[in-house]
Amino acid sequence: MAASLLRELNSLIGSSNVLHKIEDLVLYEYDGSVEKARPDVVVFPHTTEEVSRIVKLAAKYNVPVVGRGSGTGLSGGALARGGGIMIVFARMNRILELDLENARAVVQPGVVNLDITRAVEHAGLYFAPDPSSQKSCTIGGNVAENAGGPHTLAYGVTVNHVTALELVLPDGEIVRVGSKHGDTPGYDLCGLFVGSEGTLALVTEITVKLTRKAEAVKTLLAIFDTVDDASNTVAEITARGITPAACEMVDGWTLRAIEDYIHAGFPRDSAAILLIEVEGLREAVAAQATAVEDVCRTHHAREVRIAKDDAERDLLWKGRKNAFGALGRLAPSNYVLDGVIPRSKLPQALQQISLIGKKYGFSIGNIFHAGDGNLHPIVLYDPRDPRQFENAIAASREIIRYCVELGGALTGEHGVGMEKNELMPLLFSDADFDLMRRVHDACNPDSSLNPGKIFPLSKGCGEIRARKMAEALPAKV
Amino acid sequence: MTATANLATRLESVLGAHRVVASEAELCEYAIDSLLPGAIVRPATAQEAAEIVRFAITEKLAIVASGSRSKLHLGMPPARYDLALDTTAMHDLAHFDPADLTLSVGAGMPLRQLSKVLAEKGQFLPLAVPCYETSTVAGALASGIDSTLRKQYGTARDFLIGAEFVDGKGALCKSGGRVVKNVTGYDLHKLLIGSLGTLAVITRLNFRTFTLPQTHGGHLACFSNLEGASAYRDAIEKSGLALANLETLSPEMVALTATVLRETNAEFVGRLDPTQWCVYASFEGNEAVVPRIARDLQKLANEAAAADSEILDAASDAHLGGVLREAFDWLRWTSPSVALFRIALPQSNPGDLADLLCVAQESALRGALLVRAAAIIYFVMLAENEDESALRALENAAARVFSLAAAGQGYATILHAPSKLKSRVCVWGPKRADLGMMQRVKHSFDPHNIFAPGRFVGGI
Repeated sequence: MAASLLRELNSLIGSSNVLHKIEDLVLYEYDGSVEKARPDVVVFPHTTEEVSRIVKLAAKYNVPVVGRGSGTGLSGGALARGGGIMIVFARMNRILELDLENARAVVQPGVVNLDITRAVEHAGLYFAPDPSSQKSCTIGGNVAENAGGPHTLAYGVTVNHVTALELVLPDGEIVRVGSKHGDTPGYDLCGLFVGSEGTLALVTEITVKLTRKAEAVKTLLAIFDTVDDASNTVAEITARGITPAACEMVDGWTLRAIEDYIHAGFPRDSAAILLIEVEGLREAVAAQATAVEDVCRTHHAREVRIAKDDAERDLLWKGRKNAFGALGRLAPSNYVLDGVIPRSKLPQALQQISLIGKKYGFSIGNIFHAGDGNLHPIVLYDPRDPRQFENAIAASREIIRYCVELGGALTGEHGVGMEKNELMPLLFSDADFDLMRRVHDACNPDSSLNPGKIFPLSKGCGEIRARKMAEALPAKV
Repeated sequence: MTATANLATRLESVLGAHRVVASEAELCEYAIDSLLPGAIVRPATAQEAAEIVRFAITEKLAIVASGSRSKLHLGMPPARYDLALDTTAMHDLAHFDPADLTLSVGAGMPLRQLSKVLAEKGQFLPLAVPCYETSTVAGALASGIDSTLRKQYGTARDFLIGAEFVDGKGALCKSGGRVVKNVTGYDLHKLLIGSLGTLAVITRLNFRTFTLPQTHGGHLACFSNLEGASAYRDAIEKSGLALANLETLSPEMVALTATVLRETNAEFVGRLDPTQWCVYASFEGNEAVVPRIARDLQKLANEAAAADSEILDAASDAHLGGVLREAFDWLRWTSPSVALFRIALPQSNPGDLADLLCVAQESALRGALLVRAAAIIYFVMLAENEDESALRALENAAARVFSLAAAGQGYATILHAPSKLKSRVCVWGPKRADLGMMQRVKHSFDPHNIFAPGRFVGGI
């Protein structure tokens, strides 16, 4: 990095908002994925105008820029693949406006997801998208990745809850798209930018919809002696047209790890559990809970428990949302995959994942959003063993390919990032890429924003990716 | 040989004669504000649609795609209109996976026909749009027209999961997929919603479907003034009651609605008082939920001092709900000159509504309001003749409506207006700050500017 760029950054936002020493930068070279890439400098702007000036400076020095929230992403979206300037939004973390009357909040990108709910829950409102990392992930990151979570089954993902964005383009121009109401005549630009993984613009302000808390909620824990029974239950819940607010599955191997850590009350001797939540008006909830229980019993659930109070419900969800932390006790590292399948194909998909695990010598755990077919197989491995690492990558590739074969998709909520960009040709043709590239170039013509993400760098999917990842062994030991 | 006949002949050489029409009578059916296309093409496959687009690029022809043409007049008249691309021959049901609640359907599939297929499996697509009996699935989507089920099921962006289309380079493209959760690549299919055919020719759409509710209910509450109706509506919103639809009708709108209803349910019309503000709610669910919502609405109406309120019988509910769903269609023909606005304000307060009615009154026009779910306002101004003074009154009033919307940090568009008014007033309202970004998107999709040029926001 040019010394003059550092000087200019220091003078622009103050040296206390700039990191450039190696020992500082290493903290920003990884995220929640298995990828790794180090920025040349990390900056912490406080305002949109500062972001704009930083971006202009980057253009002047021809260095790339990547935005980052709290770095909990799972596809390398917030890693500086091309080096350059990393803009961390941690200090743009103010809630700018709460309009409770109209159920809207205007926030800066560095606001933590759960903090929005905390700020409005006194009025019976909350922010619906609830990724497992919601205690630490930021709304800016949620917008970039179009994050989901357990309750998106009923309420939709981030894009369904964003009505307006303020953006900074690579030339520093500040643009506002959408509106507070959300129904803006013209192209759905919010729909385009949410989920564009920071490759089109940097997001500096977000207007979100707030959701009214349901009148009633019931959380059911269904316990099964076989994974097949649990997955057939999910398929039938969908087929019967029951739409729970959440329908999560945890297999036995994973729930035992959770139980050792969280003590959530998951039975250690079961093969799988389903955590199913129904909510809405009292009468609807009662009927849905009965229907869900009926399906569970039809598929030989050993037991169906209904959380008797908020404390028990919270404990069940704590077990689900802290699962990845629990798995950290079992192996030096884990690789959380993210694939989507048509929901009716769940039983065969889980069988295939198990077979692929055996082929590569891994026990693959499953803890995932079963209701919308969003799989999260977890591969435990030791990154210090290059062979294990390569096998983990190969197994993951095989699983994602299988998802696509079943009519599914590469990613349901983690994003493509630099994890799956080489797998994109499994779904998209040259014409598809050409159009996506034209849209990309219309906003980010020099690829100065978050380069090396989403689009495949090579046509031969996989080989180059494996090499790059092996070079970037994670430091999570 | 005329230019039109020549164009048709050249198209026939590409597509075959059976896919091309150029008779004067049929061309008239595709007219947009008295503008006729040079020829009509009806591709039966996405590949044929792509061939047409490539032909248009080579020949520098402008294409306007349409389905049943019920909303062909939305937006500005196109600057050029060489080819009418009729999508109705692309009407296959490529996939319907009832167990997954997903479907993939050809652009030209009529909504009514699709609803029959889905209903056999106890499912439906919540696109309750006007002109429902004729609308095609892609037409409903590309028009961006409001569905009266929006309050419960959201807009198309909430359940469209993928699309296939021909871009402006003549290439077959796709976005999204056939699964209900997917963040693979850019969500380009969302851009097609409400784009009025200015980005691509839609050939297939993938949706998430929903289970048909066990039963429905309807409720009507009438108030002597706007404040009472608004207070009742606020109380409903705060109650958390799950409603499928919620609409407020101004007294003039009640009168207009009664006129239309008279044809289907004369007995019910007698119960509609055209001096009152009426709030109509519809809801659905199981046998326990529906009566409970009805009871709660009765209670809220009483607490808000409604002059009258009633739980509607199934026939009255179906008739009133159906007529309101079709409001966009029939409101256009309620007087010789009609300007129908759609206004989205971040907050809907009685003062804004009163201001709108004031605009009509001060312009010596009849004004009527239909406040729809999600704070979408349909505001219609009616002139009693088509002369210059009527046009001038509508023109001046339109400028004031756009100003009021802007002052309230919202947006107004004109859904319908006489052609002569559209030549004086841009239906999209004043220039917007995000126009540059929209132009970038347009150019990415349609670099040769062949898709409905000039029809969209800011002359796109």
